[in-house]
Amino acid sequence: MRVLTVDDLTVSFRSERRWVQVINGVSFHIDSGETVAVVGESGSGKSVTALSIMRLLQKNVSRLSGRITLGDTELTGLSDQAMRDVRGADIGMIFQEPMTSLNPVLTAGFQVTEALRRHRGLSRGDARREALRLFDLVRIPDAARRFDQHPHTFSGGQRQRVMIAMAMACRPKLLIADEPTTALDVTIQAQILSLIADLQKEIGMAVMFITHDMGVVAEIADRVVVMLKGDKVEEGPVADVFAAPREPYTRMLLASVPRLGALGDTLTPRRFADLSAEAAAVDAAPAPPPQEPDKRGAPILTVDALTTRFAVRGGVLGRMVGKVHAVENVSFTVREGETLALVGESGCGKSTTGRSLLRLIEPASGAIRFEGRDVMAATPAEMRTVRRRMQMIFQDPFGSLNPRKTVGASIREPIMVHGLGSAAEAEARVADLLQRAGLTPEHALRFPHEFSGGQRQRVVIARGLALNPSLLVADESVSALDASVKAQVVNLLLDLQRDLGLAFVFISHDIAVVERISHRVAVMYLGEIVEIGPRASVLTSPRHPYTQKLIEAVPIADPAERQARKGLMTDEIRSAVRPLDYEPEPRRMIEVAPEHFVMEH
Amino acid sequence: MTAFILKRLGFACVTLFGVLTVVFFIVRVLPGDPALIILGDQASQASIESLRARLGLDQPMIVQYFEFLGGVIVGDWGNSLVSGRPVIDEVLNVLPATIELTLVSLVIGTVLGIPLGIWSALRRNKFTDYVIRITSLLGLSLPAFVSGILLLIAFAIQLRWFPVISSGRGTTFADRASDLALPAINLGLIMAAYITRVARSAMLEVLNQDYVRTAEAKGLAFAVIVWRHCLRNALIPVVTVVGLYLGYLIGNSVLTEIVFNRPGLGKLIVGALNQRDYTMLQGMMVIYTLIVVLVNLVTDLVYGLIDPRIKYQ
Repeated sequence: MRVLTVDDLTVSFRSERRWVQVINGVSFHIDSGETVAVVGESGSGKSVTALSIMRLLQKNVSRLSGRITLGDTELTGLSDQAMRDVRGADIGMIFQEPMTSLNPVLTAGFQVTEALRRHRGLSRGDARREALRLFDLVRIPDAARRFDQHPHTFSGGQRQRVMIAMAMACRPKLLIADEPTTALDVTIQAQILSLIADLQKEIGMAVMFITHDMGVVAEIADRVVVMLKGDKVEEGPVADVFAAPREPYTRMLLASVPRLGALGDTLTPRRFADLSAEAAAVDAAPAPPPQEPDKRGAPILTVDALTTRFAVRGGVLGRMVGKVHAVENVSFTVREGETLALVGESGCGKSTTGRSLLRLIEPASGAIRFEGRDVMAATPAEMRTVRRRMQMIFQDPFGSLNPRKTVGASIREPIMVHGLGSAAEAEARVADLLQRAGLTPEHALRFPHEFSGGQRQRVVIARGLALNPSLLVADESVSALDASVKAQVVNLLLDLQRDLGLAFVFISHDIAVVERISHRVAVMYLGEIVEIGPRASVLTSPRHPYTQKLIEAVPIADPAERQARKGLMTDEIRSAVRPLDYEPEPRRMIEVAPEHFVMEH
Repeated sequence: MTAFILKRLGFACVTLFGVLTVVFFIVRVLPGDPALIILGDQASQASIESLRARLGLDQPMIVQYFEFLGGVIVGDWGNSLVSGRPVIDEVLNVLPATIELTLVSLVIGTVLGIPLGIWSALRRNKFTDYVIRITSLLGLSLPAFVSGILLLIAFAIQLRWFPVISSGRGTTFADRASDLALPAINLGLIMAAYITRVARSAMLEVLNQDYVRTAEAKGLAFAVIVWRHCLRNALIPVVTVVGLYLGYLIGNSVLTEIVFNRPGLGKLIVGALNQRDYTMLQGMMVIYTLIVVLVNLVTDLVYGLIDPRIKYQ
C-alpha cells in the first residue's frame, strides 16, 4: 500500500531578495513496511525534502510547489491546523543531533507523553503508562527511574532512543529519520539501526531514511533514492543500485565508499579509484588502484607507557574526587613513512593520546622519544623543534583557520615564526605547498570562508606541511567530509606520504577509512590500547573482544552482506572516571601473530 | 544545595570583609576633619580635640579599624556624626522604602518586559517588533531624572493623579501605593526596557534551537511551543540580567528618590556624603554589599529552578 507520494516537488529559498531553487521537481514514493533511503552529499537537498514533507520549512523564506500525498491526504493542501494534526500522529520524525533535539528543561518522559496527550487524547496517567511502555520498547534501561530525569543525564544513544519513542508514540504511518545515527558511535549506531528495523516490522510503517553513509544504506534500505544538488539522479532497489549503478554520480559515490575487508591481506595502504566525474562517466569499470609501495624506514616516534589523567572535582571546596584515566599505559612506535591508526569510540582517549604526543596536554607519566629527542624532558627550545617536526591537523578545518587572515597568510605564519626564510622565500613556499595540497597558488589570496570543506582541509594540510615535518598527527581530519571529498583527501595524504616520506598518526573512529590509509592499527578502549598490529591482521582476525565488537558493528556497503540481526544490545560506552586511589593493574600484551599484540583479557 | 548556599554565604563573608576594609581606609583618607565639620569653623581647638576623643578619632588607625570590624559584627555600626543617632537605626528606618521601591519596579519591569520581548521576537522584523525595539531603546537612553521629571509634570502636576512629593510614610495601603506609583513606574520602565531587549534576543535564539523543531514535529500548537518549550529556556539570560541590574537599580534609585523627594538609601547616602558622615557612609557600604551579595545568591538559586542542568556543588 502506498503511504507517501512525492510528486514533482520543487522548493526555493529566498536569499538576499532572490529566490534560489534548491529542489528541482523530485518525485518518489514509499510503500508501507518499506524503507527508502534518500542518499546524497551535503547540499543535495535531502533534509529539505524531509522538512518539506513535514511542512516545517520557514514560511516567508521558502516556496514550495508540487504534490505531497500521505495515504489519501494531500499534505500540500492542508491548513496549518490540520497539518499539526498530521505531524507527530501520522508522520514521526527523528533528527540528526540527539544532543540538542530534546528540550533541556523538560523531563524525557514528559516530552514523550506530550505527543500522546496531544494526538491520542490520553489522560495524564494513561499517557504516563503508555510512555513507560514505549521507554521499554526502545530499550531504555531502568525506564521507570529514567522517565522523570532530564535529557542531560542521558547519553547520545539513549537520547536518540527517547526521540524514537517520541516519534513512534502515535504509531505513525511514516517515520522520517534524518541522519539519525550520524552523530553516534558505530556500536551505538548498530543498536539504533536494528531498533528502528524492529519497530518498523512491529508497526508496519514506512520509513524514509536520510543518510550520507552508503554502509548504512546497504544495511537497512529496501530502495534507494540518490540525490545530487536538488535533483533525483537515480532510484531503484538497493541490490540493483549497488550492483549496477546507472548514473556516473552514483558510481562515484559508491567508489568513494571504503568497504571494510576490501584490502584483504595486503600490508600497505591503497588509494581510492580516480573519482573525477569524467572518469566515472567512462562505462568500463575503472582499474583498481595499485597498492602503495612500502617505503617504511626506521622508527621515528617511540611512546612508552604514556599516561594522561584529568582531575574530576567536586564537593564544597572543589577537591579532587576522582580522575579520568584518559590515556593509560599506552606504548607504540611509528616508523618513518608509516601510518599508525588510532581507532576507538568517543571517550576512548585517542584524541588525548594525539595531543599528549605534542605535549599540548601534559602527560602524567611515560616516555616519548621523537627523532632521538626525549620529548618529556625537552627544553622550551627543543620543544619548538619537536613541534616543528611533528604537526597536528584537526577535524574542523574552519575552526582551525583564522577567518580574518587569507589562507596564504595562515600558511606563511609558521614559516616566519620559526624564521625559516625571508618573506619572498616564504611566498614561494606557500605557492608550492598549495599546489602540493591540490590547490593553486592563486588560492593564497582568499579567505577561509571562500573555500569548501574539503578545500579548507587541504589548506590546513598545506599549513601542516609548511615546516617540513616528519610526522603528522591527524585527529579525525576527514571525518566531517562528504564521502567523495573524504576519498580525495585520503588520496592526497597518501601522495604526500609517498613523495615526502611522511609518517602519520591517524586518529579516527571510521574503521573503513582507517583500513585504506594505515599500515598498522591500534584499537583503544577506556584509555588503553587493547590491540595493536599490522592492519590486515587486526582488522581481519581481531582477537580482543572489544575489537571484534567494534568491527562487527561497522556497516558494510554491500547489501549482499547485510548482517543477520543481532540481539538488541543496550550496552553503553563505559566511562573512564576512576576513584582517586585507583591504580590499574598492569596488564600484559600478548603477541598472537607477528607484530600483532593483544591485551590479556 | 544546602552545601552550595553555605559555601556562597562563606564567600559572602569574605567579600564583606574585603569591602569593609577598603571602605574603612578610603573614608579615612578623604579630605576634611569630621570634628571640624561638625563644630564649624569657629570652634576652639580644645572643643575640637575633645570631640575627636569622644568619636575615637584620636586613636591609632589600626585600633579604630578593629573596633569598627568588631562593631559591625555585633550590629553596632556607630552613631551618625551628624544626627548622633545609631547608624543602624537610620539605615533600617529607610531600608523598607528602598526595598519597596526596588521590588515594585522589578515587578513592573518583568511583567512588562518579558511579554514585550517575546512578542517582539515572534513578530521579528515586522511593524510591532520595530515599535517595541525603538521604544525600549528610548527607555534605555533617557536618564532616570529626566524621565522622572517628565512623569511628575504629566501625572502629578497636569493630571494631579499622584502627589508631587512622595513621603513614603503613608499609613494606609492606598496612601503608600499612591506615593510609590510614580517613582516605581519611573524605575520600572527603565527596567522593562532592559528586560524587553534581553528577552527578545533570548527568545530569538531559543526559537532556532533543535528542540523547538522537535516540538513542531510533534504537532504541538504554536502557543504550547512558545509557553512550554521556549519560555523557560529564554528566561535563563533574562535572570542573569535582572540579577546584575538589581544592584544597578539600587544605585539608580538615588536619582529617583531625589527627584520624587522620597526617603530611602539613596537620599541617605547623598546626605552622608555632603556632610562627611563617615560612620554613616561605612554603614551604608555594609548594607549595599549585603544587598548585592544576597541578590547574586538568589539569582544563582533561581538558575537552578529554571535549568535542571545546573548542579550546586
